[in-house]
Amino acid sequence: MLLALRSVGKVFSNGVTALSKVDLAIREGDFLSLLGPSGCGKSTALRLIAGLSTPTSGQLDWRGAIDRSNIGFVFQEPTLLPWASVFDNVWLPLRLKSVSRAKAEPAVMEMLSRVHLSGFENAVPRELSGGMKMRVSIARAMVTKPRILLMDEPFAALDEITRFKLNNDLLELWQDERFTVIFVTHSVFESVFLSSRVVVMAARPGRVHGELPINAPYPRDEAFRTSPGYAALCRQASGVLVDAINSTAGSQNDGH
Amino acid sequence: MTAIDDNVLTLDPEEARRARQERLERIGKWVLPLAIMVLAIVLWDRICVWNEIPQYILPRPGVVLQTLHNDAGLLFSSLLVTLRITFFSLLLAVIGGVGLAVLFAQSKWVEMSFFPFAIVLQVTPIVAIFPLINIYVDNQTVKLLLCAWIVAFFPILSNTTLGLNSVDRNLRDLFKLNGATRWQQLRYLRLPAAMPYFLGGLKIAGGLSLIGAVVAEFVAGAQGQSSGLASRIIEAGYRLNAPRLFAALILISLTGILIFLVLSLVSHLILRRWHESALKQER
Repeated sequence: MLLALRSVGKVFSNGVTALSKVDLAIREGDFLSLLGPSGCGKSTALRLIAGLSTPTSGQLDWRGAIDRSNIGFVFQEPTLLPWASVFDNVWLPLRLKSVSRAKAEPAVMEMLSRVHLSGFENAVPRELSGGMKMRVSIARAMVTKPRILLMDEPFAALDEITRFKLNNDLLELWQDERFTVIFVTHSVFESVFLSSRVVVMAARPGRVHGELPINAPYPRDEAFRTSPGYAALCRQASGVLVDAINSTAGSQNDGH
Repeated sequence: MTAIDDNVLTLDPEEARRARQERLERIGKWVLPLAIMVLAIVLWDRICVWNEIPQYILPRPGVVLQTLHNDAGLLFSSLLVTLRITFFSLLLAVIGGVGLAVLFAQSKWVEMSFFPFAIVLQVTPIVAIFPLINIYVDNQTVKLLLCAWIVAFFPILSNTTLGLNSVDRNLRDLFKLNGATRWQQLRYLRLPAAMPYFLGGLKIAGGLSLIGAVVAEFVAGAQGQSSGLASRIIEAGYRLNAPRLFAALILISLTGILIFLVLSLVSHLILRRWHESALKQER
């Protein structure tokens, strides 16, 4: 066990309850997806885990020596420094820890090659495509070798072909390094393809509705994407998601 | 094979029209204003001749040019005085404007407390403040510098403050996640992000510092205490030396244009690789 959320709740100052009594256990090496409709608090949960926000109630139990330097974060947008080269963008987390350019260079170059961007280190973000920018963002999050990678709908804005490719590359990276991933998404197909566990959340208030283990073996490739087993798992996850959405509609109707 | 190649090279009528239009615009951008300028100068000359206007009221352009040449020593030494005030006041405006903006960016409270003072300083006409400065400050150069600074620093302050506060929220979170210190956040994130805003302010401030310097010289020059271009204008006015007046005026205008061009170039060189404003339009 790496992290346990115990009865975690978050109420914003405007009175909105973003999360209510969330219990969640994250195991070392998990690829866990938080799947849910918009407004179910999945991004809020991620921010709480990252330490960018504090819970109103409940607690986060970290097991083992984990602090912020062990966390990598990938945002929904690539969120790069537009004035800095690809190299400087990936160097940034190390630079903020006072690692010199020369000392950081091997790690930065290795990360760039892992995300298939060797040769682009001098380009600036505007010279890259959307998918390439996201690769830089992933390289930046991974350059400090974090034990846990938090991803907030990172591929939502990409076209399907690019998304599939990035999904494959992310899985490859994860299998090599075996860090823990918490992946926020609203795509059933993406969550099933990537994850070892899918946690489905419901909205108003944001809460865990159900959990679905994805027992398909890794490595998962294009063959898995078109297999009947994948389709069955997607159907199953869809069912839980629809159930979660209906439960929200139900609770709303009850309330009115 | 050749037929296919020819087809690739042949533009359809719409694209051909667009290419022609672009070519024309490229030439027209330079030729048109120059032509109008030449036309205006010729017209100015003809009006002087046709109406037999005396030189002390409206000199012919040729005479102004002649004066610019004859009085070059006097005029350019005065220009140098004005330029020195302009340059140093701009430098002080950059230091003061950016310094205050950085201070404001450290805390909303500081900004809320002090920004109104900056606005008061900006909206009060400098000509009205000068007599006070004249009482409190002895040194002539300091007087002029202070005046030009008051006029020039506000656009830099307000633009840079806006820039420092316009940083992407996610980037701020990223820095927080990586345990960045306040100084690191300023150096690696907020200052570079504010650069386009600062450069926009600098372009305005460049022109304003020249205006500030000339206005300050005017007020000081009226008391015979200045040797800049403005005092040359006042002096020429007293002596009904219209050609020199025009020559000084033209020098000031050219200086203003030059300052703008130089600052635009600096801005372009800094932003050309990444900022939208400096990128070529792509269709």
